[in-house]
Amino acid sequence: MINKKVAGVTEALQGVKDNMTFMFGGFGLSGIPENAIAELVKLNVKGLTCVSNNAGVDDFGLGLLLQQKQIKKMISSYVGENDEFERQMLSGELEVELIPQGTLAERARAAQAGFPAFYTPAGYGTEVAEGKETREFNGKMYVLEHAFDADFGFIKAWKGDAAGNLIFKGTARNFNPNMCGAAKITVAEVEELVPVGELDPNEIHIPGIFVQRIFQGAHYEKRIEQRTVRQRS
Amino acid sequence: MLDKNGIAKRIAKEVKDGYYVNLGIGIPTLVANFVREDIEVEFQSENGVLGMGPFPFEGEEDADVINAGKQTITTLPGASFFDSAMSFSMIRGQHVDLTILGAMEVAENGDIANWKIPGKMVKGMGGAMDLVASAENIIVAMMHTNRAGASKLLKTCSLPLTGVGCVKKVVTNLAVIEVTEKGFKLLERAPGVSVDTIKEATEGHLIVEGDIPEMNL
Repeated sequence: MINKKVAGVTEALQGVKDNMTFMFGGFGLSGIPENAIAELVKLNVKGLTCVSNNAGVDDFGLGLLLQQKQIKKMISSYVGENDEFERQMLSGELEVELIPQGTLAERARAAQAGFPAFYTPAGYGTEVAEGKETREFNGKMYVLEHAFDADFGFIKAWKGDAAGNLIFKGTARNFNPNMCGAAKITVAEVEELVPVGELDPNEIHIPGIFVQRIFQGAHYEKRIEQRTVRQRS
Repeated sequence: MLDKNGIAKRIAKEVKDGYYVNLGIGIPTLVANFVREDIEVEFQSENGVLGMGPFPFEGEEDADVINAGKQTITTLPGASFFDSAMSFSMIRGQHVDLTILGAMEVAENGDIANWKIPGKMVKGMGGAMDLVASAENIIVAMMHTNRAGASKLLKTCSLPLTGVGCVKKVVTNLAVIEVTEKGFKLLERAPGVSVDTIKEATEGHLIVEGDIPEMNL
């Protein structure tokens, strides 16, 4: 067993510097690496390029990095839940690249899988395809999109072990597995770090080979963005 | 004329037994409430769930189980969770049978615009561009005209496009329209709505052939 376990978030984020590119798992606030984000706020590294499907809300998730103006550029598919984001974007302080959600997932997966680029039909004929190579396959048009090239990937899983194996829960899985092994260093935080051998190899979603550092998060708020319920009849 | 629930009710009739369906935010979400109970349908949400159920009872919400609108949901027996790349493999790979989404504008050639109004806050396209570029069967659910009364069924879209030549059918508060090579073909009228009213509200080329039946809801 190759040990990926580090003592905590401080050690896990060793080497994080200004002007780096980071990838963050999560959809809305579900499955975001809460502890890594909190540590990045503490470290106050600046000039960051952040790849994340969403940009958090004003006081949680990547919104916390935006508050301190740590982010130079966001690459996302949907960013509408954050007033500070809007202010920085409209004032030109923040550069924003909006890309189709499936393209975001696949650019991460391509980086993980060693593909430099791939063709997707998403965005063909729209401004997303402007300046990009297009090509016809079997009568349909496709756009060439490139793999991400990031310094760190911050992942949140449900359970993990010191070997770096990960299991996700529910829709908190989302982009997390696709971003494992997609950056130079993958940092996984888990709700429960269990002894090696406890996870059934049949049930592991991401093998430890894709993870460089793993730690158990000290605390998870797991905030719900849209609490919707039905009445008991 | 139909309200939003009426539009959803009419679209629900397009949902067939054995379909995997992706519902967008807004009117499309309401479609789930009107699908016949004697057929088997699974709803996919692009954040990574197939077999979505209704909202949870109060006290049973789970931050780890949400839909693409970030709402807390439940799952039904037979449901599955998966990552985003696999979710879009289902979509891009045309394994999803029907996609229902909203739009700001639809053009008579099937172009759709639903993600950006220049000069206003841009929130992003989310999964809409992947969905419209890939799905074989796309139904748009929307009001026939915008708040200012202008037609949303146009010769060409004026807003930035989400996808080109992809919409197959449009269900509005006034009509059911098929997008054909020759333009918008009127299939059905909403209850109490005349063909003339629909013509007036449609800027794009409207094809009217024979008697146009009223929707059977």
